[in-house]
Amino acid sequence: MSDVWVVVIVVGAATMLFKAAGPVFVGGRELPPRIRSVVDLLAPVMLTALVVTQTFGGNETITVDARVPGVAAGAVAVWRGVPLVPAMVIGAIVTAVVRQLGQ
Amino acid sequence: MSATTFAGSSQFAVGSILEDGGGIVAAITAALFLNARYAAISVSVASIFPGGRLRRFVESQLIVDESWALSGRSGRFEWPILVGSGLLLYVLWVASTALGTLVGGALEDPNVLGLDAAFAVLFLALAMPYLRERAALQAAALGGVIAFVLTPFTPPGVPLVAASAACLLGLRR
Repeated sequence: MSDVWVVVIVVGAATMLFKAAGPVFVGGRELPPRIRSVVDLLAPVMLTALVVTQTFGGNETITVDARVPGVAAGAVAVWRGVPLVPAMVIGAIVTAVVRQLGQ
Repeated sequence: MSATTFAGSSQFAVGSILEDGGGIVAAITAALFLNARYAAISVSVASIFPGGRLRRFVESQLIVDESWALSGRSGRFEWPILVGSGLLLYVLWVASTALGTLVGGALEDPNVLGLDAAFAVLFLALAMPYLRERAALQAAALGGVIAFVLTPFTPPGVPLVAASAACLLGLRR
């Protein structure tokens, strides 16, 4: 079996278990209020962390590159009420243009 | 891989590590760190899944950042939105992966198109509805700082898991 398939199978199985952890083991029960108040913060926290890593992340470095103006433009668009897909396109175009100019 | 590991960032990580000759251990480790966040995410929506264990196992596979974020916009997580958007995303994801293997050779680096920034904007837009409350805003700011500070020192994925510590702010009150 090739290396690629080993990775696909191991990562696939582990990811399925990660995703099933809550629904299968915690199940349909309501969480206690104190735990609920912690878990409710996960969405804003995780999404913000994803914005940060997606904007500045490199290979174990902080990189400030053409993504920053693109994300900033996208952020302004979202702020002004531009719908999701056009806002993503604005972010992509600004980044692509800045990247081209920088080459 | 899109069919069995429905989580884009880990697929990109595996692809780039294997292509750079990083070896399978490095590729697996990176992907597991990146996807470990789903353990916490799945607990946050555990209560909305109906039915027996098998059904919950199958439906839980539709949890991705995007379907999860969409399903919680109203203030509480809603099962129809999570499963509906998850299914739609899954079909699109697998189909576009298949398309990508056919035409992908024509495009040397998709980031030339700024796709990396587009994903950051996507997460930002998904985060917005959650940031109306002061407590959520504070926790999100702390989580963002944790992720930023750890990014230069830890493998990708670790900053995300560590950022979830900011949720402990919910214990106040």
